[in-house]
Amino acid sequence: MTEPMMKPPKRNLGPVKWMRTHLFSNWYNSLLTLAVGYLLVTSVGPLLNWLILDATFLGNGPDDCVGAGACWLFVKQRLNFFIYGFYPDELQWRVDVMFALLAVAFVPQFIERFPGRKWLGIFGITGLPIIGYVLIPGGVLGLEEVGSSKWGGLMLTLILAYIGILASLPIGVLLALGRRSDMPIIRGLCVVFIEVWRAVPLITVLFMASVMLPLFLPDGVSFEKLVRALIGITLWQSAYMAEVIRGGLQAIPRGQYEAAGALGLGYWRKMGLVILPQALKLVIPGIVNTFISLFKDTTLVLIIGLFDILGAVQSTIADPAWQNVAIEGYVFVAFCFWVFCFGISRYSQNLERKLDTGHKT
Amino acid sequence: MTQHTESTDVQAENKPGIIRVEGMHKWYGDFHVLKDLNLTIDQGERIVICGPSGSGKSTFIRCINRLEEHQQGKIIVDDVELTDDVRHIDSVRREVGMVFQHFNLFPHLTVLENCCLSPIWVRKVPRREAEAAAMEYLERVKIPDQANKYPGQLSGGQQQRVAIARALCMKPKIMLFDEPTSALDPEMIKEVLDVMIELAESGMTMICVTHEMGFAKTVADRVIFMDGGEIVEEAPPSEFFGNPREPRTQQFLQQILQH
Ligand SMILES: Nc1ncnc2c1ncn2[C@@H]1O[C@H](COP(=O)(O)OP(=O)(O)OP(=O)(O)O)[C@@H](O)[C@H]1O
Ligand SMILES: [Mg+2]
Repeated sequence: MTEPMMKPPKRNLGPVKWMRTHLFSNWYNSLLTLAVGYLLVTSVGPLLNWLILDATFLGNGPDDCVGAGACWLFVKQRLNFFIYGFYPDELQWRVDVMFALLAVAFVPQFIERFPGRKWLGIFGITGLPIIGYVLIPGGVLGLEEVGSSKWGGLMLTLILAYIGILASLPIGVLLALGRRSDMPIIRGLCVVFIEVWRAVPLITVLFMASVMLPLFLPDGVSFEKLVRALIGITLWQSAYMAEVIRGGLQAIPRGQYEAAGALGLGYWRKMGLVILPQALKLVIPGIVNTFISLFKDTTLVLIIGLFDILGAVQSTIADPAWQNVAIEGYVFVAFCFWVFCFGISRYSQNLERKLDTGHKT
Repeated sequence: MTQHTESTDVQAENKPGIIRVEGMHKWYGDFHVLKDLNLTIDQGERIVICGPSGSGKSTFIRCINRLEEHQQGKIIVDDVELTDDVRHIDSVRREVGMVFQHFNLFPHLTVLENCCLSPIWVRKVPRREAEAAAMEYLERVKIPDQANKYPGQLSGGQQQRVAIARALCMKPKIMLFDEPTSALDPEMIKEVLDVMIELAESGMTMICVTHEMGFAKTVADRVIFMDGGEIVEEAPPSEFFGNPREPRTQQFLQQILQH
């Protein structure tokens, strides 16, 4: 304590030195740097022109889009449809409330020292879906009913992805545990479930859910198309999730199971307190990968006639009133997906850093 | 709860036969690992088990808290017979602490959380109390200052002492040690042995697989020599080291004491 603490040497290079070591360390690196620089300069300019400088943002209708740039006016005028689908205008506040709650619950997760962010996160996976379940379809508490056939756009995409993600994780955990169970019947059932669902394409699952499932259900029992699609997506995704999680379970050394057992922890406590926290942490990258691919796969509901954001944009592009707005539409969709997927990815990186306790057992 | 512990404390002194192993056999597939083991251990006894590698020492003590299953014979721990019955297994595991060669601390929990986990979830002790008790045990193993670190930040000797504290937090009647010092560097062995000696002096019933013959000589009431899955010899340390009866024991001791 009395000795002065020694600071580690600074590794801060000046800009010139940094460029020399990173960009021009030898002849082929210099060549690469120049080539990439040239490409950037020649492509960024036109791209910026198209995206912003020459783009049309203001106006009243298709006739105002005359410039060489993008016609963002199109996106702006149809934004309501892209976000809410056919959800009635005067009831859209209900969806807005859900968007706001979603932001309140999850945006603080990116802010390291936000007070109570843990509780907001817990609200985000417990209270939020319950409120959504009441608010969006309505039909109770004096709220006017809005059938799921009217839902669409970004809102539908988020509902599909959110519920798919939320439900597939716990089901995946149970399937993974089941597949490693000592009980042959449970193990067998889980293996069959996983192998069957994982081996079919999502499109097939959706078709089955929308066309064939009603044929098998007893008379009088019927689900809405959206619910059927959700069940299909969730079960299909759980099978993937199960295998990702099983990978994590297998990486936990036997000594951890034995130590937990020797301390008197029963099966569920052993798994819940000792094994799963470690296993899930190990496979965060795999879980996030699965989440992101699920998020994007929700666009496939298009083929059973649900209008998610891609479907909404695609159907408007076909509108003869607007000419040549396909690129703008797709760029907009891509941007929306990117924002959410990048958010998920960043969050998982935060989480990994936070959970890193510097061990390699 | 408190009543229960009190009543056990009253009868604590030297209950005979707290562990009874009768005609126990175990197979791994077709491989006969443990052959007709018979052993009675009284409360407060300190037993050291030694023997060549592969003789079944680990397997034997792991049978005592049912980390391994035996196929024939009886194991009775504190009047509870170990069978397939999960309730029996749970109640035995509550009374038997175990320390492993490779520590097996939970790396995602701090030292304190490692120690409190089982008292809170199995014994249902309130968190405050569990933490206070855990700190006492951490003091006993001389690392209270590491309570909020993660196991990955500790040395091997420190980790093993945490593992001992963690087992003690369950207030077990019996402690099993499976080569607790053989994964440690020489300079750390002593700090762990010191803790174990102190524990032995406090009257804990201990079964310890170890090759630390010095420890066996100072602490053990009985030394058990196993070879080929059998108990070959069983004697107080003075007799065991001074005047071993069996040729196999003599050979083993010669080998081990040469080093
Ligand atoms: N899970 C298992 N399956 C099959 N055989 C096993 C298994 N575990 C141990 N064995 C075998 O059982 C025998 C006894 O093993 P055990 O680990 O009890 O020996 P040990 O006396 O503890 O040896 P060491 O001093 O090396 O730790 C060994 O021959 C070993 O190969
Ligand atoms: Mg062993």
